[in-house]
Amino acid sequence: MGIREDILDRVRRNQPAAIPHPDLRDFTHLASADLITTFARSLGVMAGVLIDKPPDDLGAFLREKFPDAKNICSAVPEYVGTSKPEDYPVWADAAKIDVSVVRSPLGVAETGSVLLSDDDLRVNTIAFLAHDIVILLAPDKIVENIHVAYQHPAFKEKAYSVLMSGPSGSADIGGKEVHPAQAVMTLTVILWPESAKTS
Amino acid sequence: MSVHPVVDQASNAARFLADRSREEYFDTLMWSLREARDRSASEVPEWEQLRDLGSAIKEHTLSHLADYLEQFEASAKRNGVEVHWAHDAHEHNQIVAEILSRHGAKQLIKSKSMLTEECDMRRYLENRGVTVTETDLGERIQQLDDEPPAHIVGPAWQKSPEDVARVFAKAYGSDPNNAAPVYLAHEMRVHTRALIEKADAGMTGANFAVAETGTVVTATNEGNADLSGNVPRLRICSVGIEKIVPTHRDLAVFIRLLSRSAVGMPITQYTSHFRAPRRDGEMHIILVDNGRSERLGMEKFWQSLKCIRCGACMNTCPVYRRSGGLSYGSTYMGPIGIIMMPTFDIRRFSELPFSSTLNGSCSNVCPVKINIHEQIYAWREVMDEKHQIKLAKKSAMVAAGEVLSHPELYRIVTAAGETTLKRLPRFAIYNDFNAWGKHRETPLPAGQTFHEWYKANRRKA
Ligand code: SF4
Repeated sequence: MGIREDILDRVRRNQPAAIPHPDLRDFTHLASADLITTFARSLGVMAGVLIDKPPDDLGAFLREKFPDAKNICSAVPEYVGTSKPEDYPVWADAAKIDVSVVRSPLGVAETGSVLLSDDDLRVNTIAFLAHDIVILLAPDKIVENIHVAYQHPAFKEKAYSVLMSGPSGSADIGGKEVHPAQAVMTLTVILWPESAKTS
Repeated sequence: MSVHPVVDQASNAARFLADRSREEYFDTLMWSLREARDRSASEVPEWEQLRDLGSAIKEHTLSHLADYLEQFEASAKRNGVEVHWAHDAHEHNQIVAEILSRHGAKQLIKSKSMLTEECDMRRYLENRGVTVTETDLGERIQQLDDEPPAHIVGPAWQKSPEDVARVFAKAYGSDPNNAAPVYLAHEMRVHTRALIEKADAGMTGANFAVAETGTVVTATNEGNADLSGNVPRLRICSVGIEKIVPTHRDLAVFIRLLSRSAVGMPITQYTSHFRAPRRDGEMHIILVDNGRSERLGMEKFWQSLKCIRCGACMNTCPVYRRSGGLSYGSTYMGPIGIIMMPTFDIRRFSELPFSSTLNGSCSNVCPVKINIHEQIYAWREVMDEKHQIKLAKKSAMVAAGEVLSHPELYRIVTAAGETTLKRLPRFAIYNDFNAWGKHRETPLPAGQTFHEWYKANRRKA
């Protein structure tokens, strides 16, 4: 018997008598008007920054927020950066990026998370090797909690998806979260409807 | 027959306790995590329902595990992933070494994985010329200091920031007198990112593995699983067979429970889903048994396989908090370690079940409702049957057994334990045997033994 068959055989012999699957619920409580406020609060808990409407000039906004940034990689049509994801065919080279600008198709109010998949990023590493990340999110794409979030098709279709919630951090020294750890140093979400102006 | 000596947790704890300031630091830190967990849980109205669901989903999955493993494998293969199976640590390590050697990969970066600790993989690979870099901050600290993890969530929590400053000064030449966590995290960032960028292969463990999609899910705050799993083209994921959940709808329940239970945060910064290799890459998943299928058949102990490795039972445990994680001499420590480790080596870990006050706090906080303290007691019985215990421990067992066999009394004891748990629960002081009972306030009236206390309270019950 091969290893696979042997393990499956042992598991089958030893597993307890069948126990039924419980009924699942979505536990939604919030009115849609409260989703943005809750998202903002949760993102704050996770040390992310929320900008509640598109700035008049995204370029000026980025220059002001990241005055030392030379390499801004844009994966969105709303903004032309100094580079785009395809400029980093060797994914480790995304470490040269100062700021990545991407769009997320989903926000989660409960946790302040945004979904990013390989289609949104094109080169996955632009989301962690860049020093800072700016994420555009349409306010009507915010759902209440993780139960609802996991119904998004990306989780079944995309090779890689991450629910990103604030900048990288670690509580491994002394138990209190500090930022940054090894991935992005800051994370900013701009509430930006999909059809809004480009700059 | 085990070739390792029996782990004497109590004596190991005594060494830890010899440094009072260290003990207090660790105890305070662990308790602050327990308090953060309580606050965070109280903000979720359906918290108890989530715990019930988490427990029920795990029980359902484990009772259909063979089918779900097959489903997971089929989904992963459809996604273009190569799936491997390993009976034990040795087979697991061999598979990893073979994959790396096929690619000529010599630099491996990895995120934290208790399974690879279980397999002692780092040493195996390093003996074969592979440089392994831990990218989790806590795990890296322990690697640089040549120590195993002392906690399953924060491997280096037993070290103070000053200790870490010394470790980094030696390894990285940083300022030994700067113990600010922000500074130390920055040092880690600078040194590890350089290694990540030039790695040949990346490895992650799995917090969960979703059968319907073949997805490996990791939860990190540092983004290091995303870096390890995305920067190199070659990705290897080690997955314990008990990590399977049926669907993403099931997964949601656990994601809501995990980080809140662990550190009191609503979620980890990166909850990452690796379903398929990147377009120009390769992805391998190794499904590892290593004693799990055997445990699944143990009537009293299979429920320990529900564990989602949140560490909450450790943070709340008065013995763990006052012993330090290294005192257990095992991969898993604290209450969950006590009920898991004897399945790996019954003789070596025969004394661990006595490193507990049986106060029940671990079971009370467990997000998947494992009956941890009952299993600890059941292990004591097993050790007794198998003559694996010293006489002195037997009397402790009898006393605890009396309490556990009287539900009303047990409630009184655990209620007292819960309210005074920040200090050592009273009935923990039932003998002079346990090092972690020393140095504590003695809440029993002078001269009263546990047995006297027990007799008096039994009447009340
Ligand atoms: S036994 Fe329960 S509380 Fe302990 S680590 Fe596992 S899931 Fe968490």
